[in-house]
Amino acid sequence: MGSNMAECHPVGFQWVMEAKLRGAQLIHVDPRFTRTSAMATRYVPIRAGSDIAFLGGIVNYILEHGREFREYVVNYTNAPVIVDEGFKDTEDLDGLFSGFDEETGRYDNSTWQYAGMEVRGAVQSDETALSGHQVGYGGAAAHMRRGEPPEEDPTLEHPRCVFQILKRHFSRYTPELVEEVCGCSREQLVAVAEALCDNSGRERTSAFCYAVGWTQHTIGVQIIRTAAIIQLLLGNMGRTGGGIMALRGHTSIQGSTDIPTLFDILPGYIPMPHAHEQQTLAEFVQQNASTTGWWGRLDAYMVSLLKAYFGDRATAENDFCFDHLPRISGDHSTYQAALDMLEHKVKGFFLWGENPAVGSANSRLHRIALANLEWLVVRDLVEIESASFWHDAPELETGELKTEDIATEVFLLPAAAHTEKNGSFTNTQRLLQWHFKALEPPGDCRSDLWFMYHLGRRIREKLAGSDDPRDRPILDLEWDYPTEGEQEDPRAEAVLREISGWDTEGRAVSGFGDLKADGSTACGCWIYSGCYAGEENLPARKRPGQEQNWVAAEWGWAWPLNRRILYNRASADPDGKPWSERKKYVWWDETQGRWTGYDVPDFGADKRPDYVPPDGALAEKAIAGRHPFIMQADGRGWLFVPSGLQDGPLPTHFEPQESPFRNPLYGQQSNPARKQRRHRLSPFNPTAGHKGGDAYPYVLTTFRLTEHHTAGGMTRTVPYLAEVQPEMFCEVSPALAAERGLENGGWATIITSRTAIEARVLVTDRLRPLQVQGSELHQVAVPWHWGSRGLVTGESANDLFGLALDPNVLIQEVRGATCDIRPGRRPRGPALRELVESYPHARQERHR
Amino acid sequence: MSPALNLGTKPLGWPQSYGEEAAPRMGFFTDTSICIGCKACEIACKEWNEVPEDNLVFSGQSFDNTGALSANSWRHVAFIEQNVPAATPTAEAELPEELRWLMSSDVCKHCTHAACLDVCPTGAIFRTEFGTVVIQDDVCNGCGYCIPACPFGVISRRERDQLPAAAGAEVAGLGTTHKCTLCYDRLKDGMEPACAKACPTNSIQFGELDELRERAGQRVQELQLQGAGEARLYGEDPHDGVGGLGAFFLLLDDPEVYGLPPDPVVPTRHLPEIWGAAVLAGAALAGAVVAAVAGGRK
Repeated sequence: MGSNMAECHPVGFQWVMEAKLRGAQLIHVDPRFTRTSAMATRYVPIRAGSDIAFLGGIVNYILEHGREFREYVVNYTNAPVIVDEGFKDTEDLDGLFSGFDEETGRYDNSTWQYAGMEVRGAVQSDETALSGHQVGYGGAAAHMRRGEPPEEDPTLEHPRCVFQILKRHFSRYTPELVEEVCGCSREQLVAVAEALCDNSGRERTSAFCYAVGWTQHTIGVQIIRTAAIIQLLLGNMGRTGGGIMALRGHTSIQGSTDIPTLFDILPGYIPMPHAHEQQTLAEFVQQNASTTGWWGRLDAYMVSLLKAYFGDRATAENDFCFDHLPRISGDHSTYQAALDMLEHKVKGFFLWGENPAVGSANSRLHRIALANLEWLVVRDLVEIESASFWHDAPELETGELKTEDIATEVFLLPAAAHTEKNGSFTNTQRLLQWHFKALEPPGDCRSDLWFMYHLGRRIREKLAGSDDPRDRPILDLEWDYPTEGEQEDPRAEAVLREISGWDTEGRAVSGFGDLKADGSTACGCWIYSGCYAGEENLPARKRPGQEQNWVAAEWGWAWPLNRRILYNRASADPDGKPWSERKKYVWWDETQGRWTGYDVPDFGADKRPDYVPPDGALAEKAIAGRHPFIMQADGRGWLFVPSGLQDGPLPTHFEPQESPFRNPLYGQQSNPARKQRRHRLSPFNPTAGHKGGDAYPYVLTTFRLTEHHTAGGMTRTVPYLAEVQPEMFCEVSPALAAERGLENGGWATIITSRTAIEARVLVTDRLRPLQVQGSELHQVAVPWHWGSRGLVTGESANDLFGLALDPNVLIQEVRGATCDIRPGRRPRGPALRELVESYPHARQERHR
Repeated sequence: MSPALNLGTKPLGWPQSYGEEAAPRMGFFTDTSICIGCKACEIACKEWNEVPEDNLVFSGQSFDNTGALSANSWRHVAFIEQNVPAATPTAEAELPEELRWLMSSDVCKHCTHAACLDVCPTGAIFRTEFGTVVIQDDVCNGCGYCIPACPFGVISRRERDQLPAAAGAEVAGLGTTHKCTLCYDRLKDGMEPACAKACPTNSIQFGELDELRERAGQRVQELQLQGAGEARLYGEDPHDGVGGLGAFFLLLDDPEVYGLPPDPVVPTRHLPEIWGAAVLAGAALAGAVVAAVAGGRK
């Protein structure tokens, strides 16, 4: 679900095909019948944006029919834990959880806590909440006396225990409701739920694969949460053949969150300090660390990171240069940055690996925003639309921009391709794989590493001798990577070694267990610690599969500590025995007194299954021997999330920001905590039940093709790829084509309150009308690979979307907005804006 | 006396003609039941063989913007959208229809009896030591006899006016015919063809033809046991009209659905009969003329 794996990850999909050849069932749930659906044992169409209703239907099926893996649920999840008396569910408050503030649109989570204690989201604090960004990504911290909550009911009968709360919360997600919301049949829902239940338990496991079809919603994080609930109830986490696979948008996206390109976290998911108060390192750690679980060692991770950044200049006396770190003062994410450009608050911008003029929601707004910059540095393989907007943006034709009025100085610098540089990729399995330079980059093309290193070196040369305190952070940096070759490319292995870490003698550490808070170790990213253990580039290992066991531990290196399946202690029962011979993976060996198995145990190697933490135990020692989820403060899988999410402890079906339907469950129409970024250039379509809502009767969703890559810079420029998908098109059903007079191969104009674009029409049975809430719904699907440059050009689907964002991660909702569609090409010149202005905009007040 | 004029001895056929260089017959087994339509084969083929890009036009035919095999497309993935009876009938309807999207990567068949080779007057087309059929574009004079001879419509001539300006002025092989070589150069170096190498799901399998036929037989049985009664092999039979294909297929529907002829016959198979008939007709005509002349002198 939420993934078109055969098309978007065809190489990884070979393993799905192999599993299918071995008898696995493949189920595909998607608004469109895609090349993935074509390979599936079962395909179920649903309305874009209705995923929580569908998954919630599965949760309800499991609980109604007693299909949960009881022993797993009781011991490994927080199902038995009693929740605070003050907690009120959406069922009680018509779509709101307790703690919602109408003024700020944010939740106070104090009533979502375990009864009698405060559980705080891992390394989360009020400041990060301000940015709307949950930090932790699977980690969780809490102030617990030990990893045990004070009250729990192992019979799961207590009315305030998580299990009963879950049961009540999802009781209305019946097959009938799913049919009404999603547009699939109730039989289809039940068939999928049964297949999942039949293929889970001691002997069998099932896995979910998702991609941006789940994330790009105002409820994206909660969709994934619903899948997590299913997998915990069915006992599919920490076990071979189970799990939830996040298929990434492109190479090393996992790596770019681990060692982040995000504004609010530091490497290894450590939060970025905030500007709002003067804080010492100790206060920062105190505020963000937990007392129990592995996050209890945040001080060691943080000090080692500062030592990696500032080397000998970082000492205990100067707080390890903690004050040198930049501070955040609010939302500095990509969308806010674009809005700030429009206000002339952002003057200069570096852009690499991204093409917002095509790839970001409301790309028209981004093009106009870029034209407000004083300077812009673009590093890419070709002159992408984000570099060329000043001479070929579509807004020149409509008169919204004039080349002679654009003062932006664009520096277009040629970048090396991945084949022209050494480095590592981190994939969805957290597997680091080294890639080797195959040839030198041509001409002036340079690697990202080269650019960043030499830019830093030159800035430091210019600042040398400065006694201005603001230059200290840059001058104090340890910036001495060895270089190689004619172009003086920094050695990528040297960077990897720094990421892995070393001790005072300069010896590579073996893992994050070696890291110290006293300044005697340096480590660029604690979760990657050990990837250079024994002075070996472990990600570069390529020992063939047939020369090792099936887990293939010597192919690359997976964080943390080369564990291939996280939380794999859950592959054994509470006593440490495998759940079944067939699914044997990691188990307790009583004679050796340690955990053993095919993988590196994701658990204290000699922590007995019957270990009970003493009162006052700290960090990992506070986690009991039967609790596998060691990054959580209580060592349990969280069905109910007491802290860490901005929009509720349980997933709830909400309609997208723009929807042709009212929410049949609650008066609350959409996610109340969603972020709406309103701007003159970015209005919203009126939603159902509001004036003008019927002007946009169709659901609009984006998709990708195998033949092109993201915003197209690397593929629309390649003849062999351009010719196999040469033109921007839209997919519509024969019924919609008949309703609107659209002809296959002809042109259509798709209209939202942002703009209108034209596309070729592909009429196909693969898109089918759905019966939703008693009426026939049509969906319009658009690939987003085209822009104004390259061998094949076309209009950008992202122009059509507004800026409604998930509150947790600030990702845009482009999988389920509304639109209108007409036959023929769009009007040219200023007439385009006239057409768009003739359509209604949502009124300013926020709708519930 | 040159060997070409040695009309008395019958030339050696393949593989004996290669003497010590003879190799087992190599081919493709394309299992369309696991093709995911990624077109990696099309792209890898063009990259390796430097086949020019030939059009940038949206076809409106499902996801097939290539259209057909030609001088400029040596692999072609067909996309066929069908409504078929549902595999799992539900309570709502007795015989509900569900969508099926067939994908199949087509290629030159490297026929046992290759008409293109038979009719080529210049010797540009030859059978390699691997039993594959290759056009040498530097020998080809562009006469085009091979084009209608091919029962599968695989071959065409590369014309300048078919290529977009963007394809560049230096396109090689203009005016001559082209098709899949089964990556003869790669085979010479012990490598598998580019398309098979790029195929992520092993839908395109390369190997010794005998072994591929055996594997294909097992696979089709397996599928039929799983309930795919319509699964069948196409071109694996050495006794068919072209003597079996060097590149054969596992299909999930009739060959016509994929744009393949249901019963391909090598046109040159009837050449002896045609020549025989021609000789007879000539003789009859001559007889008639003689008779007419003789009669006229009466």
